[in-house]
Amino acid sequence: MSILVGRDSRVLVQGITGRDGSFHARQMKEYGTRVVAGVTPGKGGESIDGIPVFDSVEEAVAKTRANVSVVYVPAALAQDAIYEAIDSEIPLVVCITEGLPVRDMVEVAAYLRGRSTRLIGPNCPGLISPGQCKVGIMPGFIHTPGRIGLVSRSGTLTYEVVWQLTRAGMGQSTCIGIGGDPIVGTRFVDTLALFEADDKTDAIVLIGEIGGSDEEDAAALIERHVSKPVVAFIAGQTAPPGRRMGHAGAIVSGGAGTAQEKMARFERAGVPVAKIPSEIPGLVAAGIAKRGLKRLRVVRGGPRKAAKPAGRMAPAGGKRAAAGRKTTKRKPIKTTRRSRP
Amino acid sequence: MNLHEYQGKDLLRAAGIPVPPGEVARTVAEAVAIADRLGYPAVVKAQVLIGGRGKAGGVKVVQGPEELAREAGRILGMEIRGHTVHRVLVTPSAAIEREYYAGIVLDRKTETPVLMASPAGGVDIEEVARTTPEKILRLHLDGRGLPAYRARAAARFLDPRWEIQRALAPVLVRLAAVYRENDASLAEINPLVVTAEKEIWALDAKVVIDDNALDRHPDLAALRDLTAEDPGEVEARDRGLSYVRLDGTIGCVVNGAGLAMATMDLIQYYGGKPANFLDIGGSSNPDKVTAAMKILTRDARVRAVLFNIFGGITRCDDVARGLIAALDRMKVKIPIVIRLTGTNEKEARDLLGARGMTALSDMDAAVRAVIARAAEAA
Repeated sequence: MSILVGRDSRVLVQGITGRDGSFHARQMKEYGTRVVAGVTPGKGGESIDGIPVFDSVEEAVAKTRANVSVVYVPAALAQDAIYEAIDSEIPLVVCITEGLPVRDMVEVAAYLRGRSTRLIGPNCPGLISPGQCKVGIMPGFIHTPGRIGLVSRSGTLTYEVVWQLTRAGMGQSTCIGIGGDPIVGTRFVDTLALFEADDKTDAIVLIGEIGGSDEEDAAALIERHVSKPVVAFIAGQTAPPGRRMGHAGAIVSGGAGTAQEKMARFERAGVPVAKIPSEIPGLVAAGIAKRGLKRLRVVRGGPRKAAKPAGRMAPAGGKRAAAGRKTTKRKPIKTTRRSRP
Repeated sequence: MNLHEYQGKDLLRAAGIPVPPGEVARTVAEAVAIADRLGYPAVVKAQVLIGGRGKAGGVKVVQGPEELAREAGRILGMEIRGHTVHRVLVTPSAAIEREYYAGIVLDRKTETPVLMASPAGGVDIEEVARTTPEKILRLHLDGRGLPAYRARAAARFLDPRWEIQRALAPVLVRLAAVYRENDASLAEINPLVVTAEKEIWALDAKVVIDDNALDRHPDLAALRDLTAEDPGEVEARDRGLSYVRLDGTIGCVVNGAGLAMATMDLIQYYGGKPANFLDIGGSSNPDKVTAAMKILTRDARVRAVLFNIFGGITRCDDVARGLIAALDRMKVKIPIVIRLTGTNEKEARDLLGARGMTALSDMDAAVRAVIARAAEAA
């Protein structure tokens, strides 16, 4: 298994008849994603590359049992598209759209509380479980199936790191772009919890950037709850204070949210911080070797598979102890959908 | 988008918050005429989109027309931290009894706006937060805005006197409305004062509007002061580029904000200094590449340019075409180092090769190369 998306994902594309929506629907399908439906109000009954188009999300879900929605509609309409997906009780909504007003996301965040939908994004590249399912806009060919989980606030910087991992022979379980806005549906802490619980992920790469304090929250969570090796990288070490660096959320304000602070916090949590992206594969390999996970990785599909307990939520620590390695004692992680500070 | 003080005060005034009378002058004569109307003592305040005006000598109390003319003449045209003063606000001076702080910002952690109120007004609120955090009250706002009873609680925190609280509370409620209705990312009154006559006034206003919301506020978008911004940044925004000028020598053209930041960092890591942040975005429009080259080469400090493109949705060959078009249209004398990886990389290399240019495929190697070329060009 990977996290959040896999072979069982049935993807609905909101805004499928638009330029971006139609292009990426095709790209996702070519990658092997099961794109089962599209929605554009007023275009119901049409089809795009054999994908049926519906007038509403409700109808699309009823007819196709879609369980993931990916939103490509323009920023001014994105809040409504997200509401429509939440109200149709789609478990996972991925909003690619960039440029949503913050107020719209304040309202969405409030609406999401207590509801079962998980939102990823907005202003994100989406997520991919290599070889299984791609939901978003990332180039599929740079990924390769494997056991590294990756989470990032960026798009192309993620591709860069994925590509370096792939070339270093390290495949990925799932790569998630959580988005570059000040308010996003899923934060680092949420994905760390999922990767920690995923028995097909051996190590985690976290790519943060200036602005906000989600990286600090992630470091605090790792200290207490994450047993798997994590490697961090923070972009924006040279960014001047008070200036927005492209992403709406990438801004150092009032001296808070600097790359230096975030890097120091990770180091305090015992998380190795790559100074430059090309250090990441080496640090990941070192982390895996240190925890003795390499051996497990090599024998996967062999004896380990037979011995594996059925429940995938089984604490990884038990297995590790059985493998005769030194384990760090960590508290079990909470697996709420949206763990909020 | 940052608003000037006088623009912010207009928003406060429209919401019913008491703001002292005041008008904007572009010349000394205008300033004198305004003060003659409004009376002395008066305050002349530089209108620039940067903090620290007072410390820089951009705010002066004057007793009469001669002094006002002298000070307005000095302030108009002065430089405050790189910003030239084109306008001054002229307003009557108030006899301040007490100063408070009231501001609303987004709290990213709770995903809600937060009202911050402090009886320690008139000073930098971040300084108060550092030294005496107990003097700041934080109230997180929900979909209701700021109900009156919560505003009264905040007002009690600001001042022990009921008659003052009664006047302060509605100001806070209205400030919350200004924040929400204008899609502000900051709405701040510092100082909010009570005068010797027990009147409440917003003596300063700092309002920042969410850039992503300007489409639904054309009236606010029209307030943008282009003279207060770097011309390169203005042009970049018009062309759909995200550009921030820095003070180094190596220009960068990158697709994606995160990769653009990482590229700047890498330049510094290998001993160079980035001249800018520039994200050409996810599309592959060759015109954007041309516009980017124009903006970068206009900056005389730029000694070499690095293209760092990770082709995904952006196709490498489109970027190569844009670069070739730019080189056809303009004389570029500085060296260019190109790094291309990803979608249509080979087509891009063929296009560049036909023009005698080569591209690297590794980001680290490209950064080291551009630093070396910049050093040679120095």
